[in-house]
Amino acid sequence: MAPYASPDRAAAPPGVARRALARLARALGGGNVADRGYALVVLAAALVLPVLFGFIIVRVGAAAWPAVRAFGAGFLTSTAWDPVAGRFGALPFVVGTLASSLLALAVAFPLALGLSIFLTELAPRWLAVPVAFATDLLAAIPSVVYGLWGIFVLVPWLRVHVEQPVVARFGDAVPLLAGPAYGVSIFAAGVLLALMIVPFIAAVSREVLTAVPRTQREAALALGATRWETTWKSVLPFALPGIVGAAILGLGRALGETMAVTMVIGNRPEVPRSIFHPGYTLASVLANEFAEASGDLYLASLMAIGFILLGVTVVVNALARLLVWYVARRGRAA
Amino acid sequence: MHARPADPIGPAPGAAPASANTPASAPANPPARAPANAPANPPASGVVGAPTAPAIEVRDFSFWYGDARALRGITMAIAERQVTALIGPSGCGKSTLLRSINRMNDLIPHQRHEGDILLRGRSIFDPQLDVVRLRRRVGMVFQKPNPFPKSIYANVAFGPRINGYRGDLDALVERSLRQAALWDEVKDRLDASALTLSGGQQQRLCIARALAVEPEVLLMDEPASALDPIATQKIEDLIYELKRDYTVVIVTHNMQQAARVSDSTAFLYMGELVEYGPTSELFTHPREERTEAYITGRFG
Repeated sequence: MAPYASPDRAAAPPGVARRALARLARALGGGNVADRGYALVVLAAALVLPVLFGFIIVRVGAAAWPAVRAFGAGFLTSTAWDPVAGRFGALPFVVGTLASSLLALAVAFPLALGLSIFLTELAPRWLAVPVAFATDLLAAIPSVVYGLWGIFVLVPWLRVHVEQPVVARFGDAVPLLAGPAYGVSIFAAGVLLALMIVPFIAAVSREVLTAVPRTQREAALALGATRWETTWKSVLPFALPGIVGAAILGLGRALGETMAVTMVIGNRPEVPRSIFHPGYTLASVLANEFAEASGDLYLASLMAIGFILLGVTVVVNALARLLVWYVARRGRAA
Repeated sequence: MHARPADPIGPAPGAAPASANTPASAPANPPARAPANAPANPPASGVVGAPTAPAIEVRDFSFWYGDARALRGITMAIAERQVTALIGPSGCGKSTLLRSINRMNDLIPHQRHEGDILLRGRSIFDPQLDVVRLRRRVGMVFQKPNPFPKSIYANVAFGPRINGYRGDLDALVERSLRQAALWDEVKDRLDASALTLSGGQQQRLCIARALAVEPEVLLMDEPASALDPIATQKIEDLIYELKRDYTVVIVTHNMQQAARVSDSTAFLYMGELVEYGPTSELFTHPREERTEAYITGRFG
């Protein structure tokens, strides 16, 4: 794993890196005292976060080491979570995390895309500005508030109006939709997460769509395209990589979200067989069990789960970076 | 006649044959006061090129961006299968006029217009008329080449595909690329991205893309301003070829270009049509002092 090796850096020829180092050496070495001090201060500021990140990886890795030694790679595929017997496996949490987050993305992406298309391509200014503002506000609500609203409003509503009817109709035929529907579930967590990530995906998509050159829209319109054709065949293909990047950023946020998910997912350390069954996520198990983890192996296993979560988020963010870079490069080429 | 302020609505055949607003007989006085009752069959005398009915008639047309007036009562008739150049200093309204003809200005908020523009005798602002169909009949090439980030083939096929073209698409793409004098350079790499082409090739691709819709009129907004001299030369040769089949209206900053490629030239200044006539006359014997000042480089 090579975190933070951003693709453009990685692809840069060695000469560029050497020149950059030479420039840094010049800034630190020569010139007057004030400039040298200034260079040192900003260098220190620039180094704090990468160093901190490396430190976190090393410490979490070291703390997780006993679990890795005890369970090996099997830790990832084991479904056991028995603190009393000292047997631990991460699979239920990995599945719970991925299932709830992907479900959230599936619900949030069309909603956010429709919203951002409406705001950039169709809405008149007097409507676009307040709607965009309200969407952005949703991102500012603390996740514990989302969680409370989830427990008292969303989960009971989903249980009666979605989960129970769906289970009654399709539960027997489709295993993924099987009951019993308690309310708290992977599904409830996915829906709540979806509402939480819509503002992020919509905000980034809006930026990406706004960045599509006006000439691309005009080119399509001048060929006799309708608004619909212009959006779907000219604007969206141009913006697609950036929109995918926005979706992945939203996914990254869903993967790491802790509080709201913990409150509605049910916290049962089993691999769920239906989206209406309770589950558990990597972040939730850390939040719930860290304080009461007794025994070195228990603690080390939680650390290993933290490490897995870190890995998943880094990979997702690296992917997003790559896509955003790709779009920027293509924008220059066009 | 010349002081008549209001426009009669609709063509009035034979009403005022002497004041037909074809380029040759365009009055030199400010067009806001010019007669706009262009007959359907203008007299052939003195008309450059084919003596047919004008393809486009602009009638006392004014345009506003918010409170800023960009065009002031423009009246002119644009002849069929000819190249008509719109020249004038920056901000004179020539692009606004061009973009009015296919209603590209509809996209701009707070715009409004007065007067009318007729395409083959029918108002383009007719509420019954579908603006999408208008744009299929009036193609446009923009100042900067704006190919889609798709393959060369997909760029040319874009218009026919959205318009539900049922014929042989391959043949249409080839014909359009040949018309745009690009076929020989790209025939072996139709699947390559359009962005791999040079700027001049991209602009010819955009022309091919516009031609593939089989329009009647081709509007060109400074099509060579972003290109080097050799690419410009190719575009100019192409424009000369295109007028055999199309009515071309071109906006240009470059007076030599207007003189080289066009049959008629309109000089706009501060939103007014100052002078409109056969290119050869306008450049050698301008009737208006402002025209002469502009074409001799004293301003603009």
